[in-house]
Amino acid sequence: MATIAPPRTPTVFKRPQSTTGFWSWITTVDHKKIAILYGYTAFSFFIIGGVEALLLRIQLAGPDGTFLTAAQYNGLFTTHAVTMIFLFVMPMASAFFNYLLPLMLGARDVAFPRMNAVSYWIFLFGGIFIYSSIIFGTNPAPVGGNLPGGALDASPLGSIPGGGWFLYAPNSGPQFSPGTSIDYAVLGLQILGVASLISSVNFIVTIFNMRTKGMRLLRMPVFVWMTMIVAFLLLFSLPIIAIALFMLTTDRQFGTVFFEAASGGDPILWQNLFWLFGHPEVYVLILPAMGIVSEVLPVFSRKPLFGYPAIVFAGGAIAFLGFGVWAHHMLASDIPTVAQAAFGLSTMTIAIPTGIKIFNWIATIWGGRIRLTTPMLFSLGFVALFVIGGLSGVTHAVVPSDWQQTDTYYIVAHLHYVLFGGAIFGLFSGIYYWFPKLTGRMYNERLGQIHFGLMFFGMNLTFGPMHWLGLQGMVRRTWVYSADTGLGPWNLVVTIGSFVIATSILVFMFNWTWSKRKGEIAPNDPWDARTLEWTIPSPTPEYNFGVKPTVTVLDDFWHQKYDEDDEGRAVRRPEADELVDQLIEANGNPETEIRLPAPSYFPIIAGFGMMLLAYGIIYHTRPWGIPLIVIGILMLVSSLLGWGGEPVEEVHEDAGVDPTDPESDTEVVNPDPESAPPELVGVDDR
Amino acid sequence: MPGRQSQRLWRKYALLGLASLVLAACSDQTLPLNTLDPRGPIAERIDSLFWLVFWIAVIVFVLVQGALLVAIVIFRDRKVDGQKEPKQIHGNALLEVVWTVIPTLILAGIAVPTIGTVFDLAECQSDSFEVEIVGRQWWFEYSYPDYGITTANVLVIPTQTEVCASMTSEDVVHNYWIPNLNGKRYLVPGSDTELRLNADESGEYWGQCAEFCGLSHAKMRARVIALDQADFDLWVEEQQEVPEPPAEGTPEWEGLQVFMQTGCAACHVISGVNEPTRQEVTVVAPDLTHFASRGVFAGATLPSGFNPTQEEREIALAAWLADPPSIKPGSFMPDLGLTAEQIEVLIVYLESLE
Repeated sequence: MATIAPPRTPTVFKRPQSTTGFWSWITTVDHKKIAILYGYTAFSFFIIGGVEALLLRIQLAGPDGTFLTAAQYNGLFTTHAVTMIFLFVMPMASAFFNYLLPLMLGARDVAFPRMNAVSYWIFLFGGIFIYSSIIFGTNPAPVGGNLPGGALDASPLGSIPGGGWFLYAPNSGPQFSPGTSIDYAVLGLQILGVASLISSVNFIVTIFNMRTKGMRLLRMPVFVWMTMIVAFLLLFSLPIIAIALFMLTTDRQFGTVFFEAASGGDPILWQNLFWLFGHPEVYVLILPAMGIVSEVLPVFSRKPLFGYPAIVFAGGAIAFLGFGVWAHHMLASDIPTVAQAAFGLSTMTIAIPTGIKIFNWIATIWGGRIRLTTPMLFSLGFVALFVIGGLSGVTHAVVPSDWQQTDTYYIVAHLHYVLFGGAIFGLFSGIYYWFPKLTGRMYNERLGQIHFGLMFFGMNLTFGPMHWLGLQGMVRRTWVYSADTGLGPWNLVVTIGSFVIATSILVFMFNWTWSKRKGEIAPNDPWDARTLEWTIPSPTPEYNFGVKPTVTVLDDFWHQKYDEDDEGRAVRRPEADELVDQLIEANGNPETEIRLPAPSYFPIIAGFGMMLLAYGIIYHTRPWGIPLIVIGILMLVSSLLGWGGEPVEEVHEDAGVDPTDPESDTEVVNPDPESAPPELVGVDDR
Repeated sequence: MPGRQSQRLWRKYALLGLASLVLAACSDQTLPLNTLDPRGPIAERIDSLFWLVFWIAVIVFVLVQGALLVAIVIFRDRKVDGQKEPKQIHGNALLEVVWTVIPTLILAGIAVPTIGTVFDLAECQSDSFEVEIVGRQWWFEYSYPDYGITTANVLVIPTQTEVCASMTSEDVVHNYWIPNLNGKRYLVPGSDTELRLNADESGEYWGQCAEFCGLSHAKMRARVIALDQADFDLWVEEQQEVPEPPAEGTPEWEGLQVFMQTGCAACHVISGVNEPTRQEVTVVAPDLTHFASRGVFAGATLPSGFNPTQEEREIALAAWLADPPSIKPGSFMPDLGLTAEQIEVLIVYLESLE
């Protein structure tokens, strides 16, 4: 067959060619492979963050614990938060966005595939950078303070950053945290912010430009809507933290005094900037899970999502209001009384759109035919637990009540009900729901349900009693508490609960590993689903859709399979089974030539360069500091230049070209030599 | 059925929660930091507001979780042939309005008493009894501008009196909290905040710095002693006295020599003994003029427990003097390498500073 060969762009370096194996992962720009990289990396960090939580809980199991030193405890609660927020929930959500956005929109890939890759590598090196503090970081006492035994530094584990993820100034400043471990947190968060910002732009452009024919905005799955809202939240909130971190960096490295009161700086300015980012960030963490739940509940209730526009608008409202409530994190600070009242009121308003979502979800399952599969259990668990977190959230809006509860375990309980009971239950729901799509196999249902049961019980055992501990006066971030406070017994219960959660995660890991290899082969449409990603083979072919789909209605796939009778009940069309098989057959055997974005070495080099740059900034006073900065910048700039010189997309010729042929920089994705005349359906085709 | 199993767990958990709530409500000395045990008018206002919101939340909780559970039970797939497919309902505009308006009304109902309480409690009253609190890593310093008294770790206030604490920090952000008497308020370097305290009855009220303030944040505790007016006046008189220096040759005198010679005097002040200005000291440390009159030391962490005996107090003091950083990591009080004999006489001297 004839091939339209785009003009070859001469490149300096040899083009990456691997389609499988190690190098294919390093150079990939395929949104699905990047999603898998995100997923495994994020889950690894989840295990690290979880082990950190267990260490914290061992220390707190009884009063006056001696398992950890103060420095170790402070470091661990800091990295636990940083890890769970920035290295697990956000990138795990990103894994879902990456994998599903193009599939749900009927697209070939995201809008900027290499930017997508660069975002992953920057995230990975950012995470490695933060944890390299264990090896390189130092953590001496505040200037003038003394460590036990006259030590100059805490133990190796203590050298992880210990300022809390909120890094309150001036405690995070050079006088009170003179060691470099805080720099690893500050610059690490800056790097992770760059990765998230790149992703968010990518997702927004993808959603606005890559929708398939007929996929109007209000025909997009709710998950896509929530992705878009999260991307906008990040786009507007990340610059705030970037500036704040930049100011803190110059305070620490170059002697500025933005946050130092004695020289005219303002410590509360840091709090305002941090929470102006930090509160929208909370919705960045929860909205993806809300999107997942909004996909799972209708499928397993066999009903459309109740109040689709209301749920979408409520998501937007939550995000918008989320920028106007930040001061409720600092109601005990010196903000004036009128502002206290105002922020109390604005915080209450958040409960309204959140309530709308909850009620619509309950209305979705009401009257349905509910199949209690593992993803459904996790989604229902999400709703139940999120209601508790939402209700305790309202008590923070009751300002005087918050004066008592702020900075206690009551807040720890609240935030874990929304982020563990909410975000993480939602993510697990998604992991089980799309497991067949990802692997082509089914997970073990029984193990999945055991995982859910243990995690639901363990979660309540861990975080439920924290409400009472907080009300009984247990303050956050204290490495010991006195036996006289009477807080010991419930702390023991909490610690036991945390190990129940850990057990449930082991069950999940076993289920994942086993089912991925030995699970039953997934049927074509295992859940009788509603969205486009189930119209293609599992696991997803590299080119996603063999035939570009056309959408005429919300939940188009469902409406192809089902009609409604006079009563409004769903009736399966007689030809539905055949239709599903045909769709998947057609999508698995494309008849046209498909061009895919070209793999590239440069994203990983750019990410690595950024990490070197950060090391250079920390050690700029050492002889090797400036060279590191120069090398880092050179790697970053040269990889961007090299990237600019790469072909936009590679020629993907039909069979007959040996992909391993060193003379060829092409890749075969169409094994059918009898295919129809080519049609350009590359990533920029819409 | 996993659904039923989780239901059972749910019920079990609810019972546990209820039991602990009962435990928390009938508090005594076993829970000295209990927020649900108000001991003054301010804490009582907050407490009653909390319970109002709590019971509204309980009602909402029961209704919403009830609806969720009922839906799961009634509408679950019975896996029988011929079960009808559900009606395909896409939404209902009236319902959307209902569940937007009703929560709004509930929230408005909570907002009214909330705003009222905020304005009633946030600011000090004009005729309050004034004290000043300064936060330092990791202890609180208290002073009484009207009486010229400076003390540390233990704040003594008169009962049934509106006390206004004017607060600031000299290093990082701290957060002053006496749960029985009021909520929290930050101590911010470079600015002043106010906190009201009011205790109905005489007694000992425990507290804790609530904002993470560095390495030994956990060891930055607070204690408030409320005294009836007559006792309070006596306490003021005592504190205003300058103690007589001990007679030469006594163990107290030997202790004083240790205080002066080993480095204690570089930071700590004892009226009538050494009186450096704030600029002259190496680090500002607690004023020890009436050390023995205070129940606790070392950031109100020692001696631990309720009503410790003199012996327990001396054991704790010996441990503290021997190696402060091991008790309070990062401590600005170094291990001075005192010998056992030095510590012994130092304790005798310090315990004489009534």
